[in-house]
Amino acid sequence: MSDNQIDSYKRRFLGQSAAIAGAATLGGGLVLTSVARARPADQAASSANRWGLLIDTSKCASDCDECVKACEMEHGWGRGSTDEQHSRPEQKAQWMRKVTVRDRATGHETSLPMMCQHCAYPPCVDVCPTGASMKRDDGIVLVDKHRCIGCRYCMMACPYKARSFIHEDLHDQKTESPRGKGTVESCNLCVNRVDRGENPACADACPEKAILFGDLKDANSDIARRLASEPSTEIRGDLRLDLGVRYQNI
Amino acid sequence: MKPTTFREISGNSTGYWALLGLLGLIIAAGLGAAWYMEHNGHWVTGMNNQIVWGMPHVFAVFLIVAASGALNVASMASVFGRTALKPLSRLSGLLAIALLAGGLMVLVLDLGHPDRLIMAMMNLNFMSIFAWNIILYNGFFVIVAVYLWTMMEKRANRYTKTAGMFAFIWRLVLTTGTGSIFGFLVARQAYDAAIMAPMFIALSFSFGLAIFMLVLFASYRWGGRPLGDYMIIRMQRLLGLFVVAALFFVVVYHLTNLYAAEHRDVEHFMLDGNNVYSGLFWVGYILLGSLVPMAIAWLSPFRASIGWITTAAVLVVAGGMAMIYVIIIGGQAYPLQLFPGKDVSSSFFDGVVNPYSPTLAETLLGIGGIGITLAIVVVGIRLLKFLPLSLEDARVDPHYKADEA
Repeated sequence: MSDNQIDSYKRRFLGQSAAIAGAATLGGGLVLTSVARARPADQAASSANRWGLLIDTSKCASDCDECVKACEMEHGWGRGSTDEQHSRPEQKAQWMRKVTVRDRATGHETSLPMMCQHCAYPPCVDVCPTGASMKRDDGIVLVDKHRCIGCRYCMMACPYKARSFIHEDLHDQKTESPRGKGTVESCNLCVNRVDRGENPACADACPEKAILFGDLKDANSDIARRLASEPSTEIRGDLRLDLGVRYQNI
Repeated sequence: MKPTTFREISGNSTGYWALLGLLGLIIAAGLGAAWYMEHNGHWVTGMNNQIVWGMPHVFAVFLIVAASGALNVASMASVFGRTALKPLSRLSGLLAIALLAGGLMVLVLDLGHPDRLIMAMMNLNFMSIFAWNIILYNGFFVIVAVYLWTMMEKRANRYTKTAGMFAFIWRLVLTTGTGSIFGFLVARQAYDAAIMAPMFIALSFSFGLAIFMLVLFASYRWGGRPLGDYMIIRMQRLLGLFVVAALFFVVVYHLTNLYAAEHRDVEHFMLDGNNVYSGLFWVGYILLGSLVPMAIAWLSPFRASIGWITTAAVLVVAGGMAMIYVIIIGGQAYPLQLFPGKDVSSSFFDGVVNPYSPTLAETLLGIGGIGITLAIVVVGIRLLKFLPLSLEDARVDPHYKADEA
């Protein structure tokens, strides 16, 4: 076989390979686009509302974690589930946690619950390549677990360490809080309860009523009235993410 | 200077098949590791909810950064008129594609759901630098392939310069995108800096050239083809220059952070901490990965010494890996600043330095990416005319005189 013949075979092979690769990419795309465009069912969310929390840390006892426990039971993680037996403590999911803040100069300590802050400009939503990390019109930030590819870029981007990656298969799940190996999850402000007109589980569980839930856009709501008349603060307010969760007495 | 003749390597020797077999084993080990991690879930890795990106990302980012850098040799010939480097352009393009393929394989196989990758392709969120990178990486394959075609197809040679210019601009944008994965992260003290993008570009120059040199030297030595001092010295000097350029950006990045009080703690952690990151930075990147290669590049005893120059290139690669490890793992190990200036503690490891020990599976996946890269090159140079038959001085040195030889 001459060099010229070999060259001509190679050319034909490369040309055909490129055509097949191109057809496979485009063809696959056409088939899968229709599947991937399936939309979530919660279309009723309206930008006329912005759901949020006001947390009074002066009422929050350092040895109390009733809000965290309620979250675990509501969404089936931590003590609310028999899953995550293989994961090490630093691998287990935590949608919500109690954080102790200590002033280095004075030694004064504050205890507060920390969870997704439901930013108006959420870095997790900005960085998510697939749009799995999303913000509803009513301000609730959550993850579409069917769309999450598990890249964890949102976890790198979140200033509040509010997100967890699931490191193993899960079986013991709550119907209203689907979770899954290889995807990222976080506090969803109990979107299942909010859509039914209820409070998030943490707000209902707090024995001191330190967590107030409501519509920040409704001037007549308790939360809006309190925010208008009392001082409050955003954690890492310097990042100007316009948080849905505000704190008092930090 | 005579015209260059390109020829496939014969690839019939036992050594060739042994090398290909070894690379096959490395790739199989990498794929096996990926299957093991995906099947069990990431609990079998050292990664966790504090160190969310681990060893696979160190390898992936290193290879992706090096990919754009490996194209520089071709760019210098086509775009900047360094005709002496023209014989190396084809290998430069092939290696660029191979490195990117290796890096992307590692990145994709570490995803929680690699099976949903098509989802990412079909639902791009254009606010995400990751989404932009998907376009930039795929585009890089196409553009470099076209660029290679213009070089290897006589009828298309007249388009080489245009294709080369386009590929050069694309690669600059691509590395800007890779650096910005970290530069755009406002949450973390070690990132959130515009200089990350140009710093990654400078690092890519040195990583890419170092790997290119190693592949070139090995191909010519094992393939029994002549490689003259002229080309070796050019590579040697160029490597020194690129290492200095990268070091410049790294120094400016740290000086700027040291100047700002808000960043002093993280700088102290990275540069002066009793931890693996400070060691990797000073000994790995600065001493072994930068200063020693610079000395080898410029001091006269090392001139044209292929053994020393190979050592320099190996050190640049090792130092580069150390640097990427410090950036990716060190940047996550340092705790998030929820309340700047205050101490925090919680059940979720707030306020503490997060430990990380990579497992064998993670490392094997990363090494598998290198295996893919090298396998593409080894197969590529056997199938197509990527390598010049000779790079001896008489062929490549424009000022060559027979009596000097």
